[in-house]
Amino acid sequence: MKALICIGHVPDTTSKIRFTDNDTKFDTTDIQYIIGPYEELGLTRLLDIKDAGTDLHITAINVGKEETEATLRKALAMGADEAVRVNADATDAFFVAKQIAEVFKTGGYDFIVTGKESIDYNGGQVDGMIAEILGLPSVTGATKFEIEGNGAKMEREIDGGKEVVVASFPFVTSAGKDFAKEPRIPGMRGIMAARRKTLDVKEPVAQVLKTNVSKHFLPESKPACKLVSPDNVEELVRLLHEEAKII
Amino acid sequence: MAILVYTENFDGKFKKSTYELISYGKEIAKVENSEVVAVTIGTVDAGVLNELSKYGASKIISVKNAELNDFSSQAHASAIVQAAKKVNADVVIFANNPNGKAISSRVAVKMDAGLVPAAVGIPSSLAPFTVRKKAFSGKAFADMVITSDVKVLTLTQNSFKVIEAPVTAVLEDFNAEISADMFGAKPVEVVKTTGKLSVTDAEILVSGGRGLKGPENWGMVEEMAEILGAATCCSRPVTDLDWRPHHEHVGQTGKVVAPNLYIAIGISGAVQHLAGVNGSKVMVVINTDKDAPFFESANYGIVGDAFDVVPKLNAAFKKFKAGN
Ligand SMILES: Cc1cc2nc3c(=O)[nH]c(=O)nc-3n(C[C@H](O)[C@H](O)[C@H](O)COP(=O)(O)OP(=O)(O)OC[C@H]3O[C@@H](n4cnc5c(N)ncnc54)[C@H](O)[C@@H]3O)c2cc1C
Ligand SMILES: Nc1ncnc2c1ncn2[C@@H]1O[C@H](COP(=O)(O)O)[C@@H](O)[C@H]1O
Repeated sequence: MKALICIGHVPDTTSKIRFTDNDTKFDTTDIQYIIGPYEELGLTRLLDIKDAGTDLHITAINVGKEETEATLRKALAMGADEAVRVNADATDAFFVAKQIAEVFKTGGYDFIVTGKESIDYNGGQVDGMIAEILGLPSVTGATKFEIEGNGAKMEREIDGGKEVVVASFPFVTSAGKDFAKEPRIPGMRGIMAARRKTLDVKEPVAQVLKTNVSKHFLPESKPACKLVSPDNVEELVRLLHEEAKII
Repeated sequence: MAILVYTENFDGKFKKSTYELISYGKEIAKVENSEVVAVTIGTVDAGVLNELSKYGASKIISVKNAELNDFSSQAHASAIVQAAKKVNADVVIFANNPNGKAISSRVAVKMDAGLVPAAVGIPSSLAPFTVRKKAFSGKAFADMVITSDVKVLTLTQNSFKVIEAPVTAVLEDFNAEISADMFGAKPVEVVKTTGKLSVTDAEILVSGGRGLKGPENWGMVEEMAEILGAATCCSRPVTDLDWRPHHEHVGQTGKVVAPNLYIAIGISGAVQHLAGVNGSKVMVVINTDKDAPFFESANYGIVGDAFDVVPKLNAAFKKFKAGN
């Protein structure tokens, strides 16, 4: 079995967010990059399945310029078998999906796993777009994933409950929370082994960009927190009613 | 031209967030000088459908194919695109919820359109089409420009208010062309969390953290929720420890919520927690540690022991409710 896991290269969750170039670009100074936390869970689950004895070959893919290779190497260190980088800036979800779909077509893969959403522009679009481009079924925001027969059985959260979904290969799924418990941390052996694994660089196919970011904003700074004495909780009720007008 | 809004129904009913979508669509339609068309899939009574016209939907398309009773993002996207083409829609709007996300990305590909997910306000301009969205887990916003002819959006819940704008609507049944090969991913079981108000629907959330020490102490949290008509939720360690069910976990890796009021009890306010809740209109924190990071983000705070403060606060809320 062959799986393609889509690895986003995103700022660490504790990063201080700043912008440059007239607020049109994200300021990457001093930013630590990580694997997107959801696809990290996705990869962890695939590695667990593999460790349990299933014959599974895992390819990590990223659409990005050279600076994303360290992130892909981390996926290899976690245990992915090989990696592919499509050499282009990932600024538009449609563009990214098109590149991943193209690689899927030629690699004989059985399924694709993405994260539920990236933590930079928080889209959650790439999985559905890849699926639609390839004409494949998809399960968005899966919280459980088991290989079953010639496909997989998954669970996904829906508004007001959950759904158990089965799909035969080939399909696309995006990993939500609980896809795996804790992300796997690469050990020394993994890091050494990752150096010898293949990281293939491919050039992108043409795709017109459909979106761009014109400007970024930081949220308006909130006024300082109003403190109420624990011995006067009625004051909080009054503030919520009269000042905030929320109750 | 038309603004098409996908109005998902839940067992034949709409939610407040559905009316937010129609109101949002109506606001764009006014600027563009076009109309709002709602499309719904499944059986919904005409009376319920007509509710949509109260907020400005002048046409309501009802897709009744029985095979669409099973959710398939592929089939649902196909039906919606057929409706969109029929009314010549140039903007297609979805709720930013699990099904809205799953369908909208496919609709964007089918219509060769750019998609902005999790929009938080009406477009600041229609040419170029510019709309604001959350970015960096709520730590920033980005103005996104869509350059394609058709535009697809998902709207963040609670970011646009419901506005009454009654019109007379035309109701139309529509039979979409759906083929069997669109059901490659099949739901085999649907489990509903019944009864309780869901975390994403609630306008007030009462949330507990590790500071509450153990599941046996949640009685006062549930009591507060009961008094305020709120739902309960919690921080991640609380679900990891199995003190509370997983569907209550909010934060970057849990549910992202945007209620009118968020009351955090015994929660430190780690960035990953705030990432899921900083869209709340007003936040209240109760914490023994005056240096807990939550105080930097909250609007109101009490430095104190939850076991002392919460029962007193519950009594005060009760008194307030009785007098109002
Ligand atoms: C990749 C990643 C993703 C994460 N995602 C999430 C997420 O989605 N959601 C989330 O919540 N966390 C998430 N976390 C975890 C997060 O970093 C924090 O560890 C977590 O939010 C802390 O939970 P807490 O505030 O309940 O517990 P603690 O940090 O233990 O805080 C307990 C608080 O209670 C206070 N307290 C103690 N006793 C009392 C009392 N008697 N009365 C009042 N206050 C009291 C303490 O002063 C303290 O501030 C994530 C972490 C990582 C690394
Ligand atoms: N540049 C990229 N390269 C590879 N995978 C990506 C890239 N961007 C996004 N993805 C994948 O798509 C998922 C959803 O991303 P998004 O639609 O941007 O929220 C992420 O969690 C990743 O798994």
